[in-house]
Amino acid sequence: MKLTNRAAPINRDPMTFGEKIYIPAIAKGLSITLGHVFKKKATVQYPEEKRPFSPVFRGVQVLNRDEEGRERCTACGLCALACPAEAITMEAAERKPGEEHLYREEKYAAKYEINMLRCIYCGFCEEACPKDAVYLSETVMPTNYTRESFIYKKEDMLIPNPKK
Amino acid sequence: MELDLMFILGKLILITVILLGSLGIAMYATWAERKVAAVMQDRRGPNRAGFMGLFQPLADGGKLFFKEEIIPDRSTRFLFIMGPGLAMLTALMTSAVVPWGPDIVTNSGVISLQVADINIGILFIFGVVSLGVYGVMLGGWASNNKFSLLSSIRAASQAISYELAMGITLVALLMMTGSLSLREIVDQQHGFWDNGYFTWNAFKQPLGFLIFFVCSLAELNRAPFDLPECESELNMGYHQEYSSMKLGFYLFAEYINMFIGTVVMSTLFLGGYNFPFMDQVAAAVNPILFSTICLMVLLTKAIFLILFIMAIRWTLPRFRYDQLMRLGWKSLIPLALVNMVITGVVILWVIK
Repeated sequence: MKLTNRAAPINRDPMTFGEKIYIPAIAKGLSITLGHVFKKKATVQYPEEKRPFSPVFRGVQVLNRDEEGRERCTACGLCALACPAEAITMEAAERKPGEEHLYREEKYAAKYEINMLRCIYCGFCEEACPKDAVYLSETVMPTNYTRESFIYKKEDMLIPNPKK
Repeated sequence: MELDLMFILGKLILITVILLGSLGIAMYATWAERKVAAVMQDRRGPNRAGFMGLFQPLADGGKLFFKEEIIPDRSTRFLFIMGPGLAMLTALMTSAVVPWGPDIVTNSGVISLQVADINIGILFIFGVVSLGVYGVMLGGWASNNKFSLLSSIRAASQAISYELAMGITLVALLMMTGSLSLREIVDQQHGFWDNGYFTWNAFKQPLGFLIFFVCSLAELNRAPFDLPECESELNMGYHQEYSSMKLGFYLFAEYINMFIGTVVMSTLFLGGYNFPFMDQVAAAVNPILFSTICLMVLLTKAIFLILFIMAIRWTLPRFRYDQLMRLGWKSLIPLALVNMVITGVVILWVIK
């Protein structure tokens, strides 16, 4: 029974003299490989030359600030709740008088940690955040030697203050 | 007495230069091999260490030197260490009889660009090349590893089988030249065109050259005859148990062999250091410059052959062992015999 029409019969003819002495076949093969010498190289010279990311690329998280350089995060915990990998933990604290230039709302994250070894870069935290505080950037997570170094603290993720 | 001292000193300098030169060329052959492989596969090859990766062989060598030297517990220690040394020794010894250029005739005397002009040059080369099997065989046996042993047996039987066809081809060549001295064979191929025909032996013995080339591929353990290093069947081959610079010696000896092999091939068949219009060039420039040009011509031929061998390596798949033996015994040896008979007939009855 024939299932597909892709099957080709095997050629069982005895080899001709030209095939037996291999040389025409070798010449053909050499012409193919030597032709590849002049083809465009597929290599991307990585550190100097980078491939553009796709617009929907989800990289390592950053914590955003508002226009005045105040932290947007209010430690509501929605990102931690949304996180399917349970990578996010945080501790909230109340803003003291005189700290208005540091934090946008009355409540802020005293501690905000993402375990990057657990993170699956799904981007649910970004979607869950009501304050536009957490974003997935277009950066690949850098490698490191210890497990501890992959637990990113708030300081590791906060973007630089635009006011400074 | 003074002359003798000068003679020995001159030869010592020549030997040093030749050894260092062939080591250098073998070093850059590894680089070239990787570059050739890369460009054929649309890659770039080594390009980080220095300009175009030219320091890559140095980095590789340094890495090999600093790696841990492992000698297996159950190995035969003496032979295990001797194996790579022997491989290297035989690889380097063949360069002694190769004429690298014409004699430089100056006012103070004649400087020869050949270490030893012995009258059995080719026999010497063949003897030493056959000894090269010992390096592989000893290394493989002394490792006390089945894969190493299997692959060294393969290497030995392959080398012996292909040496036969090679030798018969050479007999045909020697019937024409009438001399075993490499210097004389090169001198007979003087220039490029003489008496209405090419002077180079490759044009007089095209079939012989082809067979010789194929057999030297097998002798050099180069693809498509690199059965001794058949990773898919024998892990790594006869140098499986070797590490550090002992492994480096094996790999390096192979590249030196390749360089010397191509030089011998160009000497025997491609006219050695001869090139078209060499008499006119010799009359125009001074003898030292002329010898340098001749040396460059010889090296160019050798490098061209090396690149061709590399192109073959990255094009052809490896022969299966029975195919290898069938090709050697049932195709190449009969062909070489036919070639020899035809050469004899032509010399006896046609040329007289």
